[in-house]
Amino acid sequence: MLLRPNPASGVPIYLQLMEQVKHGVETGALKPGDQLPGIRPLAEELVVNPNTVAKAYRELEHEGVIELRQGAGAFVTASARPVRAEAMRAAQSILGAAIEKLRQRGVADDEIRRMFEAQLAAQPGTGAHRG
Amino acid sequence: MADSHVIECTGLSKQYGSRQALDGLDLHVPKGSIFGFLGRNGAGKTTTIKILLGMVSPTGGSGRVFGLPVDNPASSVDIRRRTGFVSEEKDLYDGMSVAQLIDFTARCYPRWRRDLQEQYVRSFELPLDAGVKTLSRGTRTKLALLLAFCRGAELLVLDEPTSGLDPVVADEVLQQLVGHVAREDTTIFFSSHQLAEIDQIADRIGIVHRGRMMLAGVLDDLRQDFRRVQAVFEHDAPALTSSAPGIVRVRRQGRVLSVTANGNVDAIVAEAHGLGAVAVDVTAMPLKDMFLEIVAGEN
Repeated sequence: MLLRPNPASGVPIYLQLMEQVKHGVETGALKPGDQLPGIRPLAEELVVNPNTVAKAYRELEHEGVIELRQGAGAFVTASARPVRAEAMRAAQSILGAAIEKLRQRGVADDEIRRMFEAQLAAQPGTGAHRG
Repeated sequence: MADSHVIECTGLSKQYGSRQALDGLDLHVPKGSIFGFLGRNGAGKTTTIKILLGMVSPTGGSGRVFGLPVDNPASSVDIRRRTGFVSEEKDLYDGMSVAQLIDFTARCYPRWRRDLQEQYVRSFELPLDAGVKTLSRGTRTKLALLLAFCRGAELLVLDEPTSGLDPVVADEVLQQLVGHVAREDTTIFFSSHQLAEIDQIADRIGIVHRGRMMLAGVLDDLRQDFRRVQAVFEHDAPALTSSAPGIVRVRRQGRVLSVTANGNVDAIVAEAHGLGAVAVDVTAMPLKDMFLEIVAGEN
């Protein structure tokens, strides 16, 4: 279910893996109680470092998305879905509207992308934004 | 620290006549990591590997593998016994068949893993009856890796493991390396020019340039922290007044100020705005660009 991350994107691989799992939960591809692949088989399948997969799982557990059960593997938690899904839908519509406005003003997509990065860097968040 | 680091070098130096091959190199490789060792030709990669394996002695500094000093003959034998080394040339005894070479090597190592041998002969699809000298480059590499994997080594030192391989075979080799680290209690130290491969499977990297370690760290941290900030000004770009930690390289060309930074991007962006920049862009940098900046920044 998980795809090979893109190492050249400038986004840490553990964050890419976390995003994929979260996206799976948000879309319903992953349901509470579903089991995720073990660290070793997943590292082999995606050809990424096992330590990196372990870090992604640890962070996902820390955020309450999955639960690591000793010896049994990783499972999507019962509480993973609702809060996040709603927040994401709201965020998507805010972002969508902003992008639409910028396009109407003739700003090209790659310019939007760069400005977005710059703006994120220029507005240090509260700490929750870093993994 | 000695327990958690398989390789620890501090201020390692090596002088060949008038040539300074290593000039105070620091290197720390934690247990269980896949460490990608990058550098241009002649940067000091091979000299470092030779010192780690006791093939040459350093002229300064200290090096330890498994906590054992590399320049002590007795401990060096122990280091080599616990380390699997695959050279770039994949040196193998050409006069034997694949099966003969495997048997011959197995008898040299008491901790030989017969179970892994069978597994890798199958997954690498090695032709057991073929003569070693008739093997293609890809198959030769797989055989060399099998011999290193199966001897029960705690550390694998691989010099350009995928050089000359086609992309399909190279990917297969990477997959086996990741799998091996995941299943066995092994640390991999590998040098490569293939930045994309290091990008894919390494969790830590070190960039060596002119015999010194220019940048070392957790690759995901570097992906997060390494950024290029480009600020455009109304008139000629001003100089940065601060010297924020993390600045790797600063260039001013006409109205454009480019700063490559490893962390502290927020402060640099704020300063650019403070200096009156009309536009400030921040872009992520792939490993290749980090490498070029580090190496070019020194020239």
